[in-house]
Amino acid sequence: MDRREFLKTLAAAGALVTVKTSGMMDVMASTVPSGSQAAAADNADLAAVMNGEPAQMLEAAMKELGGIERFIKKGDKIVIKPNIGWDRTPELAGNTNPDLISALIKMCQDAGAAEIKVFDHTCDNWSRCYDHSGIEAAVKKAGATMVYGHEQSSYEKVEIPNGKTLKNAQVHKAIIECDKWINVPVLKNHGGALMTCAMKNHMGIVWDRRAFHSRGLHQCIADICTYKPAVLHIVDAYRTVATNGPQGRSANDVVLTKALFASADIVAVDTAAGKFFTGINKNIKFEDIEHIPDGQKLGLGTMDLESINVKRIKL
Amino acid sequence: MLRRIRTAVAIAVIAILTYGFIDFAGVIDNPLLQKIQFGPALLSLSIVTLVCLIAATLLLGRLYCSVICPLGIFQDLFNWLSKKFDKKKKYEFRPERPWLRWGVLAVLVIAWLCGFTFLVGLLEPYSAYGRMADELFRPVYIFGNNILAAICEKFGNYSFFKVVISLKSVTAFVVAILTLLVIGHISYHHGRTWCNTICPVGTLLGFFSRFSLLRIRIDKDKCNHCLACQRKCKAYCIDSKNQTIDYSRCVDCFDCIESCKQKAISFGPVKCGSKSADTDTVDESKRQFLKSSLVIAALAPAALQSKVTGVKDTRVPMSPPGSISHKNLLNHCTSCHLCVSKCPSHVLKPAGMEYGLGGIMQPVMKFDEGYCNYDCNLCSQVCPAGAIKPLTVEEKHKTQPGRVVFDINICVVNVNRTSCGACAEHCPVQAIHMVPFQGGLTIPETTPELCVGCGGCEFICPVKAVHIEGNPVHLEAKAPEQDEAIQTQDFDFGF
Repeated sequence: MDRREFLKTLAAAGALVTVKTSGMMDVMASTVPSGSQAAAADNADLAAVMNGEPAQMLEAAMKELGGIERFIKKGDKIVIKPNIGWDRTPELAGNTNPDLISALIKMCQDAGAAEIKVFDHTCDNWSRCYDHSGIEAAVKKAGATMVYGHEQSSYEKVEIPNGKTLKNAQVHKAIIECDKWINVPVLKNHGGALMTCAMKNHMGIVWDRRAFHSRGLHQCIADICTYKPAVLHIVDAYRTVATNGPQGRSANDVVLTKALFASADIVAVDTAAGKFFTGINKNIKFEDIEHIPDGQKLGLGTMDLESINVKRIKL
Repeated sequence: MLRRIRTAVAIAVIAILTYGFIDFAGVIDNPLLQKIQFGPALLSLSIVTLVCLIAATLLLGRLYCSVICPLGIFQDLFNWLSKKFDKKKKYEFRPERPWLRWGVLAVLVIAWLCGFTFLVGLLEPYSAYGRMADELFRPVYIFGNNILAAICEKFGNYSFFKVVISLKSVTAFVVAILTLLVIGHISYHHGRTWCNTICPVGTLLGFFSRFSLLRIRIDKDKCNHCLACQRKCKAYCIDSKNQTIDYSRCVDCFDCIESCKQKAISFGPVKCGSKSADTDTVDESKRQFLKSSLVIAALAPAALQSKVTGVKDTRVPMSPPGSISHKNLLNHCTSCHLCVSKCPSHVLKPAGMEYGLGGIMQPVMKFDEGYCNYDCNLCSQVCPAGAIKPLTVEEKHKTQPGRVVFDINICVVNVNRTSCGACAEHCPVQAIHMVPFQGGLTIPETTPELCVGCGGCEFICPVKAVHIEGNPVHLEAKAPEQDEAIQTQDFDFGF
């Protein structure tokens, strides 16, 4: 337990230093006193942050959303599900940024999470993905548990009563067994789905992905999102694979976008990220990303960003 | 003492070498002991290894067969077991069967010259052991690991991970089982008979060990013809009555030294006189070799014929990157399956008839369980036979062992009018990429010159509308054109 305490203190101290050096004391001063339960009504439904480092943007976004405590409780068993699909280094942005994962783990630890597991069903060879993405190292260093997702026995068949096309799927036990899970996708271009973000990231919780492709990718993506919704979606857009996604051919496909979007509403967060993304790759039309309206039709959330409380922050 | 050292070294060698085959976690990426095996070294003409091994044999005799050859050590294990169950087990002296030894070797040489490498690989001892380790011992090891991993997982410990156990190839599995049964039976009942009648490496090294500097010696004055040494000799090579030893068959196990109550047997430099006694047999065996070569040469056309008429898969098989061409693989690979066991994505599988009869059990790329990692070059690094030449990651990126073929008539985008893009998603070089189709849909388009044949597209395609066709001679993959970096600073939230 000593080590955990130590890590917590370290994390807290680290966060403070970050805040100080980045000149965010004003934000701190204004949000900390009013950030108590009394001000819950002011909490944003969606926070969009630009121009910061991953941990810093997470901090700012969570402040707007009312803190991680709004989403997880002390003693919760938590799963964090990043995108670790490819054998790529963080610079090539094929996977979720490891610094963001570390910061989120620390946040959950501070909120009293009893257990934090991290996994993904990777596309490329899993051990190379876990290693080269930097995520396995970040998770272990932060004191959370890296769980394997490369083997069918880790998955169990579940019913998806609200699915339109997809009525059942084999879902990773970590997701089935946890109290709450947090979806942490990376925003990227995608050859088939045009854009991959929060909804598309659900393909990493299932075993047989070929079924998705053969039965209509967009609808299946929307369907799987109804299974056990994540309590929070945090979109990493620190670096964005704008073209030749989802792997990207080289660093030339990657734009340093320095953004982050967070919301409990998966459709809203994908809408926000989608509009942001189509501003970078102007060849893609937001209207063509079908799985977002499909998700709205299933009642997963709203695409109407005017109807919800959106906070935009530029650091 | 010598026997103890021999045993200790042998156990260490077989343990490390076997671990190289069964190690699924990649602890040892590039096993060293596999690189000093005689058979693969000969086929790859690794002059340094060959010279060292032959020099060692000229110096010490066939110590190789007792401490380096895994199949030899494996046979000693069976032999040891047999002695545990049958305390009275005795061997006797048997004359050499040069015709059989050199005959088998001649058949193998001719088979190899005719492109029938399968037979060479079948009998080459290191490769025979490698296949047993890969097809039989490895699944057992993984099974144990999986049980351990399952137990740990119950307690929330994820230090161990499960690994899928799958049958890589029926042919290779059957061959490995048969090898185990045959070798096990022979070594249990007849000691090192295999090594001294069938094994091509045994025959070759036996030729050199006749002239070895250090050897087992019988002190004729101390010897009382008690036959103790002869009864212990699993190579059947000590003639106690005549106080002679057939050095072409002695594998330096040193069992006889300890058996001799008279202390008449020792290991040391050859004495004058004893050498000349052997010369007759040398000539005889040479003559036999020539004779049998002639007989086999007469049979060669038939062997060739069988190769030509071999049934072939309609698809062109794909040999691993670094193997240069099917021909190069065929000429060098002894099917030890080290590459097969090392392939982290389980892409390399022992071939059936894909390469024809001669290439049975040689590695072929199959994408049922996974696809070749773009940045992985392990198979090329481990090959001891030069069948897969070492490639750097950069060289591998430019190698095209096969190329993509797309059939739009099967593709789900065309047939079902739904979006997919799984193939393009998996392509590391965008040799298959999505282009606008109808109504906002995108459909695959291929640029085969860019393809590196990794098989990601074939693996993931839900309807197998895309597959990789092998290049019998590997080509160079065109480097993908780098897109201009997107320079835009002109973006905002956009909502």
